[in-house]
Amino acid sequence: MCIKRVPAPGARIAVTADGQAVDTTNLGFTMSPHEECALEAALALAEAHAGSVTALTLGPPEAEEQLRYAASLGVRHVVLVLTDGSDCDPQRTAASLTHAVRELESEDGPFDLVLFGNESADSGGFQVGIRVARSLARPMITGAKGLSVADSIARVQREIDGVQEVYSLPLPAVVGVKEGINLPRYPTMKGRLASRKAVVATQNAVGEAGGQAMVGLVAPPEQASHLVVLGEGPSAAGAVADVLAERGLL
Amino acid sequence: MTTLVLVEHDRGTLVPATFEALTFARALSDELHAVTIGSIADGLAPELEAYGVTIVHQAHHDLLADYGPDATAEALVSLLTALNPTVLVASGTDRGNEALARVAARLDSPFVANVVLENLDSSGDLWEFTRVRWGGSLHERASLRAAVKLITVALHSLDPTPTAQPGTATPMPFTPDIEPTAAVTVVRDRVERKAGQTLATAAVVVGGGRGVGSPEGFAPLIELAEALGGVVGCSRAVTNNGWRNHTDQVGQTGTRIGADVYFACGISGAIQHWVGASGAKCIIAINTDPAANMVTKADYAVIGDLHEIVPAITAEIQARRG
Ligand SMILES: Cc1cc2nc3c(=O)[nH]c(=O)nc-3n(C[C@H](O)[C@H](O)[C@H](O)COP(=O)(O)OP(=O)(O)OC[C@H]3O[C@@H](n4cnc5c(N)ncnc54)[C@H](O)[C@@H]3O)c2cc1C
Ligand SMILES: Nc1ncnc2c1ncn2[C@@H]1O[C@H](COP(=O)(O)O)[C@@H](O)[C@H]1O
Repeated sequence: MCIKRVPAPGARIAVTADGQAVDTTNLGFTMSPHEECALEAALALAEAHAGSVTALTLGPPEAEEQLRYAASLGVRHVVLVLTDGSDCDPQRTAASLTHAVRELESEDGPFDLVLFGNESADSGGFQVGIRVARSLARPMITGAKGLSVADSIARVQREIDGVQEVYSLPLPAVVGVKEGINLPRYPTMKGRLASRKAVVATQNAVGEAGGQAMVGLVAPPEQASHLVVLGEGPSAAGAVADVLAERGLL
Repeated sequence: MTTLVLVEHDRGTLVPATFEALTFARALSDELHAVTIGSIADGLAPELEAYGVTIVHQAHHDLLADYGPDATAEALVSLLTALNPTVLVASGTDRGNEALARVAARLDSPFVANVVLENLDSSGDLWEFTRVRWGGSLHERASLRAAVKLITVALHSLDPTPTAQPGTATPMPFTPDIEPTAAVTVVRDRVERKAGQTLATAAVVVGGGRGVGSPEGFAPLIELAEALGGVVGCSRAVTNNGWRNHTDQVGQTGTRIGADVYFACGISGAIQHWVGASGAKCIIAINTDPAANMVTKADYAVIGDLHEIVPAITAEIQARRG
């Protein structure tokens, strides 16, 4: 299961003075909700099929925090692929993750499933999982809102514009998961304590820079406020109804 | 410069986001080609003419009888090899993004998702443009160097506009080479969901956040939504607590709404929620905190406890209707 450490901005998102990164002063870090759900799917499948889960991240040394979080949920092996912390383009990210998967598989045999989020929370390239699957020559479906495994076949369900599609992929396979497929678990106290002792294996990023490069980040202009406060408490209901009437909704 | 646009369709019905991709591509050059996947889409040519398409490449193959992302990508690679366009543009939909990512993986070429047209510099070999991150909360200037540039257009980032001088679109059928293994990812089964109001298209959405407090707390929100013929929405705090299903979630990893009126009740307005809500034409925030982001960005606000305010609004609507 591949997860990406990202900042967790709240009400606004600020960019550093050099325009190269999100200003993370006072921000916590997290992973995409899609990845949280993929992690949950991985754990549930491992429980049902007496398997185990490995979590993989490519990022700076601090990304260990997201791996320990995964360990606190029950992930058995955690692997950190180190970068220098600068923005890593999708081709290089995919090459490094593919390399890491191959290294792990050369020791322990192939993973039945490699899971990804549908898209990363920050850069949202919609491609890393697809590239890794192609390099590994495994079938891949992304956008999964349902995933089950039986008789070495993964059944993947997804929703596209009001149509529900079903795919069936022979294992080993790769699946990109969307939030909503399940409700992710929270760590237990025992899990949290155990995760402190988890051993983080490390590798280094490989591959050349790809053809896409980030030049800089820009926060979009804030729109001017045009707020009208209609009132306080239930007595404002009349003013709300006036707004609805103006818009032809009554 | 030849630009090629992937026409997205579902079993022969054109997906409207394609018009955004066509409008985008037409701004790059007037040599505008389009490609349709599967003979079921052959009838779409006239709809494309209105957007300035001069040639429609029509991929015909047994493996293109129903949707399959790998078969689609293989057909596109076949055409790219023969046609050698400067750029292949698709819409930033699930299918558009996955098709181009799969083409890119095959060519070991870059692919850039969710690009906007403003400030796109395509004058040299190295293109520079703006793309959206964080679901639109942040813009990235990015550069791209590639033999064939693979780009999807950020959804709803431009108005689709037909060309002033439509010509005729000449159909050019072709049979791509498709690896037999592409059959593995052809769709196996599909269920059409029944028509009806969806969160994305409802005219009124009544959204609830952590401030609603419990699953039962949504009862008055449901009543207000029903009174206005709308639907209920929610924040991720709500889905994470299991109070509502994820199908109700508005935001970056949920649904983008386009309602005429959005009530945001007990929602703080984190950027990831805001990008899903900001498509609403009128936002009414109901919150105990006058400084909440949702309140300061809204069109209208009522300050106070949503548990008192929401039922009062429903009662007022019923009273006025008599
Ligand atoms: C990558 C990523 C993706 C995300 N995607 C989404 C997404 O798609 N959608 C989404 O919603 N979130 C998303 N989030 C989460 C988001 O950051 C916020 O955590 C979430 O939106 C907060 O939900 P909330 O506003 O309901 O809760 P809170 O932030 O806790 O706000 C509760 C609000 O309720 C008000 N309130 C409390 N009691 C009352 C009362 N009685 N009456 C009136 N008001 C009251 C409070 O003043 C406060 O403003 C994402 C986060 C990340 C990191
Ligand atoms: N740096 C990374 N480390 C681990 N996994 C990643 C990384 N970047 C992307 N991924 C995975 O690839 C998915 C798609 O990412 P993207 O192509 O950036 O949208 C994410 O949801 C993650 O599962």
